[in-house]
Amino acid sequence: MIRFTIDGQEVQAEKGQTILPVALDAGFEIPHLCYNESVKPYGACRLCLVEVRKAGRTRMTTSCTYPVTEGIEVSTQTEGVLRARRLIIELVLAMCPGDDAIREMASELGVEDVRFEKEDKDCILCGLCARVCDEIVGANAIHFARKGSHREMIPPFEKEATTCIACGACVTVCPVDVIGMREDGEERTITRWKRTLKMKQCKVCGNYFAPWFQLEKFRQTANLPKGSFDVCPSCR
Amino acid sequence: MKRISSPEGLETERKRILSARDPNKPCITVCTGTGCHAAGCYPVAEAFREVLKKNGIAGRIDLRNTGCHGFCEKGPLVVVHPQKILYQRVKPEDAEEVVSKTIQKGKTIERLLYEHPASGERIAREDEVPFYKRQRRTIFGDNGNIDPASIEDYLAIGGYKALATALLSMKPVDIIEQVKESGLRGRGGGGFPAGQKWESCRNAAGDKRYVICNADEGDPGAYMDRSLLEGNPHSVLEGMIIGAYAIGASEGYVYVRNEYPLAVKNLRIALDQATEWGFLGGDILGSGFDFSVKINRGGGAFVCGESTAMMASIEGYSGEPRPKHIHTVESGLYDKPTNLNNVETWANVPHIINQGTEWYRRIGTDGSKGTKIFSLVGKVNNTGLVEVPMGITLREIIYDIGGGIIGGKRFKAVQTGGPSGGCVPESLLDLPVDFDRLTEVGSMMGSGGMIVMDENTCMVDVAKYFMNFLKEESCGKCTSCREGTKRMYEVLNRITEGLGQDGDIELLEDLAFVTAEASLCALGGTAPNPVLSTIRYFRDEYEAHIRDKRCPAGVCKALITYRIAPDRCTICGRCQKACPSQAIEGKVKSKKPFKILPEKCIRCGMCYEACKFDAIEVV
Repeated sequence: MIRFTIDGQEVQAEKGQTILPVALDAGFEIPHLCYNESVKPYGACRLCLVEVRKAGRTRMTTSCTYPVTEGIEVSTQTEGVLRARRLIIELVLAMCPGDDAIREMASELGVEDVRFEKEDKDCILCGLCARVCDEIVGANAIHFARKGSHREMIPPFEKEATTCIACGACVTVCPVDVIGMREDGEERTITRWKRTLKMKQCKVCGNYFAPWFQLEKFRQTANLPKGSFDVCPSCR
Repeated sequence: MKRISSPEGLETERKRILSARDPNKPCITVCTGTGCHAAGCYPVAEAFREVLKKNGIAGRIDLRNTGCHGFCEKGPLVVVHPQKILYQRVKPEDAEEVVSKTIQKGKTIERLLYEHPASGERIAREDEVPFYKRQRRTIFGDNGNIDPASIEDYLAIGGYKALATALLSMKPVDIIEQVKESGLRGRGGGGFPAGQKWESCRNAAGDKRYVICNADEGDPGAYMDRSLLEGNPHSVLEGMIIGAYAIGASEGYVYVRNEYPLAVKNLRIALDQATEWGFLGGDILGSGFDFSVKINRGGGAFVCGESTAMMASIEGYSGEPRPKHIHTVESGLYDKPTNLNNVETWANVPHIINQGTEWYRRIGTDGSKGTKIFSLVGKVNNTGLVEVPMGITLREIIYDIGGGIIGGKRFKAVQTGGPSGGCVPESLLDLPVDFDRLTEVGSMMGSGGMIVMDENTCMVDVAKYFMNFLKEESCGKCTSCREGTKRMYEVLNRITEGLGQDGDIELLEDLAFVTAEASLCALGGTAPNPVLSTIRYFRDEYEAHIRDKRCPAGVCKALITYRIAPDRCTICGRCQKACPSQAIEGKVKSKKPFKILPEKCIRCGMCYEACKFDAIEVV
């Protein structure tokens, strides 16, 4: 067990943990957008900044990527941290002024308007969709492309994401809910990645419940016999 | 060539090479570095070859294409040895005369000699030319003496001697101790003590270790690493091999920009030769130490100069930095302990081994030892690469070596440290240049870029230029860097377009704060420097743009008007000819001075450049 303090309160963590999940578990509120406990921390949104004091030196760092060590002193509410968070959310809000989740978060941090020309982007470039697709699903269907202000999240070569199994993990994980999924009869479409796949019908209830391609990939990955996914989860 | 398998074998080989060479034999060296290449050195070298051949004296006179000599302003450069007479701006048609007069009769050719701009005196010897005289060319000096494609040339000047010493008579820890004691700090920008880095890497747990040479020089206007790799690749390799032995690494990478084709070519030749002669590969010089080096060509992303982004790039991922809570010396390339140093840092190592720490520590300041190569560019008379001892003042570099400002104009600022460095104003010209002093004044050493600016430079425009570069070169991972640099650029842009508002300076300071403090890597961490340093030293210029809608330097198009002063106009018509938008009214040989029609003027400045009588005013 590793002991350290967050805003003066002593907390304990396992070796290898980073600050953010420990802080959230202990009831501290730290805003974050690109962190999700199911995938590796990435540190893109920079909202979860905290100040860490270690061996007499204090530095601002993202709590999602900082591995805990014995005796560190973490401060989540210093003037510098709050100023940086407000500026970051102002920058994100200027990118996606139409996004309710971002507006709400900005408001909570005391930012109601932006001092920059507003853009009309929807994606906040947190990379969660790609990380889930890579680390959890194993499909690797989407990636960041280009750099700097041209950065975007796209399927390879902006064509249809041919390795996408339309499982919808990216849809679930997106913090700003901009990856659309549509089911129309026997078809499921992930609209953002231009991917449409045929779904399988449950042998019991007759509902279309998941794309063939997805079920087949899962069956092969888990080395299950043919027919393992003939019945939908509700009827199983 | 048979592999050399012992230090004795190396000395025998060196003796053989030297005995076949007569130090008094005339030799013409033609600089074929990047600057001289652009100035047309290859036809000059070819002309010399033909003249020597035609006169049947090719056997009696050596002709050598060398790497960059540094004085790029005056290229193509030719030096005649052994007298070391420097000829500048040499043309192919001068070759005949150089051979017949200087080589055969010992006479100098006045018109090709360097002319001192103040006294008009012609200076013959290379080392007497002020540009070179005030330098201390420890690392860079050999560039002018050797053919980079010849390992024999490198051996002739004592090459790989330090390697033999290190491998056969020093323990790895002794080498690390010597480098630590020397005070050598990383030349790539960070200035981290090299020996300490080596030690951490050596002590890190793991069976496999890597060393990397960072040759991803991407700063606009900087080309010292390029010139060193192009002109003396073996010196960099020798440093790397010594470092690898000290650290215990068996594999190395040189990460070099693919936009540096000559550096890649010469490095490849050097690698092949070093392997063939036994300085790379298995059982180097019979020491039992194995080491090999691979070249990794970079695709030109500035951020790949950052160590973790570079390692990701070598591994085949996109060049994105990662957090360094666990240092790369412990877990770097392929998660193995990795020691990365810059080209110039590696090139310092053989000198430290050969000449000792005492000698090295005598050069430089308390905190920064040794010399540093700077690329001196911009509005300075002598542009080129200069190597100076740490602690020399900016004034000495810009005025004594650089020959002052072009056209006798007034110095305004020097931008040091590349795009994320800062602008140092006139009041700090006597600042001793070293790692710590530059940081204190809000700039940095960086990799050694030095862009000199004169009174006609608009500092807001300069900050905008660098911010444009940085917003394109940010990898885009961190919100604070990607959006911060983009928004700083937008604010700077609107200020230069006359659309600045009250509060813009404070907004820039907010953005600078978040970009520097909240971003992951040093690119974001230092990106606000051009903005912060120009606000710090030239705040009045920002205010003039924002409040008075005026660009004091007369640069920002939206804020200036061109006008012809009637009393100075000679009615010559040059401005009218130069104007691309027919905005100048008037007739040659009439009695009426020319006039600019404001509604047609596109403020391109062509008339201003064309007028020989200073009759065009910027208001």
